[in-house]
Amino acid sequence: MEWETVIGLEIHAQLATRSKIFSGSATAYGAEPNTQANLVDLGYPGVLPVLNGEAVRMAVRFGLAIGARIAPHSVFARKNYFYPDLPKGYQISQYELPIVAEGALDVVLDDGTRKRIGITRAHLEEDAGKSLHEGLPGVSGIDLNRAGTPLIEIVSEPDLRSAKEAIAYMKKVHSLVRYLEICDGNMQEGSFRCDANVSVRRKGAEKFGTRAEIKNLNSFRFVEKAINYEVERQIEIIESGGKVVQETRLYDPDKGETRSMRSKEEANDYRYFPDPDLLPVVLDDSFIAGVKATLPELPDEKAARFVRDYGLSEYDAGVLTASRELGAFYEEVVRRVGSEPKLCANWVMGDLAAFLNKDNLEINESKVDAAALAGLVVRIVDSTISGKIAKDVFQAMWASGEGADAIIEQKGLRQITDTGAIEQAIEEVIAKNPGQLADYRSGKDKLFGFFVGQVMKATRGKANPAQLNALLKKKLAG
Amino acid sequence: MSAPAATVAALAKGLAAGEYSSVELTRAYLERIAAAQPALNAFVTITSEAALATAAAADAARAKGQAGRLTGVPIAHKDIFCTEGVRTTCGSKMLANFVSPYDATVVAGLRGAGTVMLGKLNMDEFAMGSSNETSFFGAVHNPWDTKMVPGGSSGGSAAAVAARIVPAATATDTGGSIRQPAALCGVTGIKPTYGRCSRYGMIAFASSLDQAGLITVSAEDAALLLGPMSGSDPRDSTSVERAVPDYTTTLGDSLEGLTIGLVKEFFDKGLDATNEQRIRDAITVFEKLGTRVREVSCPNLPLSVPTYYVVAPAECSSNLARFDGVRFGHRCKSPKNLLDLYCRSRGEGFGAEVKRRLMTGTYVLSAGYYDAYYLKAQRVRQLISADFAQAFQSCDLLFGPTSPTPAFPIGAKFDDPITMYLNDIYTIGANLAGLPGMSIPCGFVDGLPVGLQIVGPHFSEVRMLNAAHRYQQETDWHLRVPAAFA
Amino acid sequence: MSLSRADIENIARLARLELTEAEIPVYVDSLSKIFAFVGELDRAPTSGIAPMAHPLPGLAQRLRADEVSEPNRRDTYQQNAPQVEAGLYLVPKVIE
Repeated sequence: MEWETVIGLEIHAQLATRSKIFSGSATAYGAEPNTQANLVDLGYPGVLPVLNGEAVRMAVRFGLAIGARIAPHSVFARKNYFYPDLPKGYQISQYELPIVAEGALDVVLDDGTRKRIGITRAHLEEDAGKSLHEGLPGVSGIDLNRAGTPLIEIVSEPDLRSAKEAIAYMKKVHSLVRYLEICDGNMQEGSFRCDANVSVRRKGAEKFGTRAEIKNLNSFRFVEKAINYEVERQIEIIESGGKVVQETRLYDPDKGETRSMRSKEEANDYRYFPDPDLLPVVLDDSFIAGVKATLPELPDEKAARFVRDYGLSEYDAGVLTASRELGAFYEEVVRRVGSEPKLCANWVMGDLAAFLNKDNLEINESKVDAAALAGLVVRIVDSTISGKIAKDVFQAMWASGEGADAIIEQKGLRQITDTGAIEQAIEEVIAKNPGQLADYRSGKDKLFGFFVGQVMKATRGKANPAQLNALLKKKLAG
Repeated sequence: MSAPAATVAALAKGLAAGEYSSVELTRAYLERIAAAQPALNAFVTITSEAALATAAAADAARAKGQAGRLTGVPIAHKDIFCTEGVRTTCGSKMLANFVSPYDATVVAGLRGAGTVMLGKLNMDEFAMGSSNETSFFGAVHNPWDTKMVPGGSSGGSAAAVAARIVPAATATDTGGSIRQPAALCGVTGIKPTYGRCSRYGMIAFASSLDQAGLITVSAEDAALLLGPMSGSDPRDSTSVERAVPDYTTTLGDSLEGLTIGLVKEFFDKGLDATNEQRIRDAITVFEKLGTRVREVSCPNLPLSVPTYYVVAPAECSSNLARFDGVRFGHRCKSPKNLLDLYCRSRGEGFGAEVKRRLMTGTYVLSAGYYDAYYLKAQRVRQLISADFAQAFQSCDLLFGPTSPTPAFPIGAKFDDPITMYLNDIYTIGANLAGLPGMSIPCGFVDGLPVGLQIVGPHFSEVRMLNAAHRYQQETDWHLRVPAAFA
Repeated sequence: MSLSRADIENIARLARLELTEAEIPVYVDSLSKIFAFVGELDRAPTSGIAPMAHPLPGLAQRLRADEVSEPNRRDTYQQNAPQVEAGLYLVPKVIE
């Protein structure tokens, strides 16, 4: 039996505002418990929410970036349920009239094909607090610092057909919200997380299967593992004659499995109704145009431009535009070098990326900045050093923080381009290896590489490779 | 100094003229409060020390020439308003030990104007009631006959002003909670337009209906106090950005040419005949003042009570979810688990009427019933609002009774919620439509006061106060004081 | 409209209210009466009428500037709390 997986993601992105969505408390991560929870966040009697305009602008930025419809009139609603991390007994969210509706994002799949993923809606809401259990026997401790942090919940259509597609889509959204500077994307701190609605159906079936909602997945790896586990679980149930139950499940990263969340099950009658403490959010054309004017170049636009202007492949352009910072870094290198954009791309995606990865650094924390990398590439372009030597220079730059030229000077790595000097080195090598010379001349062409290696060794790698090749060929021919 | 006859206007003059100090005045009222408390139970908390300290500060300000027109005037607040450092109970066991860490905007406004807070007034629990019998702190008694209810939910405010143990009091009105007790106690009550006064710090019952207001002796007093408690508040998104006029300057304007509408549906079969006669008598006075009178109809108004008993419970079921025994308020002993903590803390902390409304509201919002009840009620609300808008096409103000009957005996309607709810049949419409309303004393039936209700278009407080004041210059019903408290 | 004992028990659970055995029949009776009473709304002609969520027409939500305006007042706020430890509000163990 062939099965098809159907996935929809609900991504929660914390908006990077300074203050909370409905109060003037700070949103900074990691403060002492409840020190960033004011009367509004605590749901004290008599207090009222006041909407943070920046959260609205950020949601609109996102909507414009996915080509969605920005609602001229959106409404906050109360989602009622009792939970200790929800101080008012309701979450202020949007229900029938969300601020953003009907958008889409294109993702590039592993096989290079593009797929359009529909985004049903994106709405504003407030985050809940946290329940802590460690070191508290028999009780839980409630920290409401996070309560009231603005979130945008991005709800996809059930367009995703595998865990890999889900990850590709989630990464695309992750990249986009950081581009737009509306979310720091920090998944460890919970700034970007998702719930996955997963179901399976027989291939070719029209109707969706019964879905399970897996809550609070806060890493790409967990999303993948949780979905794969859940798919297997559901197929097993159906194949053994059972029925999948619609329920909320929690992914346990330690055990690598999902399990039913009974606590959330009993409270599924949320009794949504419009929040009478807030008025409709009315956005006119000039507000939307004002936000639009501040939008940066978006990843897809930038990638297309890189292909067009720099002659990069679509793949390279995709990699270099994955984050706004990386794209900017690359363009700064190209600008300073003034030519060879493909060579620049290779360096950014190759050695630089490898070193960043090794030291677990972000592009903006790189030990070799764009100017320094450009300084190195320039020396390759002007033949001061070879590409091979450049790798050693780069390693030294990374370790010492010094510029390419300083390292080339100190280590005497300047390439030998003086024909006489190269000829002299060739003659010495030939003189030392009469046997190999005879073999070469009798037809063993492969020995050419041996001679190149010997000359390079003699010049400590500094001989200009092109010149060396030409001169060596001539000399060996006799 | 004869406190009973004094109005805020008279006291302000006396203070300005140096006839007495604020400390003397405050002390006199504190004595009257203490004396009346056993009979009336109007107060939940009396803040004597703080009051005397504020009064002393007011006197000092006056000595330095920094007095405003309300500096040193004692008032009291309904215990629904949060008052910093002072217990704020909302008439509930749930908040019996709750000390607010902040002031309601209305409280801060009146404090800023120099008033002196004497204490916190009793009320129906979470403002849910029309007789002040649902208070955890016991029923309030009507000063005109202590066997009778004072009305509710602002029963403490109305009884205290009627007995002249406070010159004026704040109050709130969600379905008639200012106007109905004002009528039953023979005092003046004003519920301003929705959004005129900030709701910040006023413990929410039904957010789309709640509005702060006043219970005073006279319309002039209401005009003096309304200014400092009105205006847009950055902490309340539903407070309206609109300039606050000086309500006192237009009080004496002529009523010549004003058109008064008598709403046909207000004069229905439920209206006590003697009560109706007092209303008709009052209208005759207005005619003498030059107003025209015509009958108008608001055909959907009879549906206002069932509409209200869907909308208000729905909102309160959500508003009161925050009382969960975690961050403040009553918490049950030794909860077995989380569910037990919630259910017992709330089951023990809320009284019978509050629980009834929480369950009603939970039901009308629940899956399968939302459209049939909540949305239906909000649609009928639209019809009722449209009826009022239509009526205001041809009249400036609408007149009618505030309450179908005068005060009834304590206990008489307590076990019958529908009969109790119908007490508010004439007042609820204004809340549903967000309109300002007043009740002014217009006579007596068997020794119990009767109130005339005035309803105006949005933000017509100036006109309403003007009409009420001109009537009060022609009559003295508002100056009558119950014999036991004279 | 008449509600059953089970209806009342369900509503009470959803509203997180513990009712005593004596209270249940009282609420069965009074809520049944209330719903019979509000059933009057059925006769109102409301087709094509928009629900009214707010008493003043035409108003729009104000937007606040994104400024941190609240100092830490945890100690004051927690004076009303029934049980706190190390700055946390304590509740019986939350089982997820």
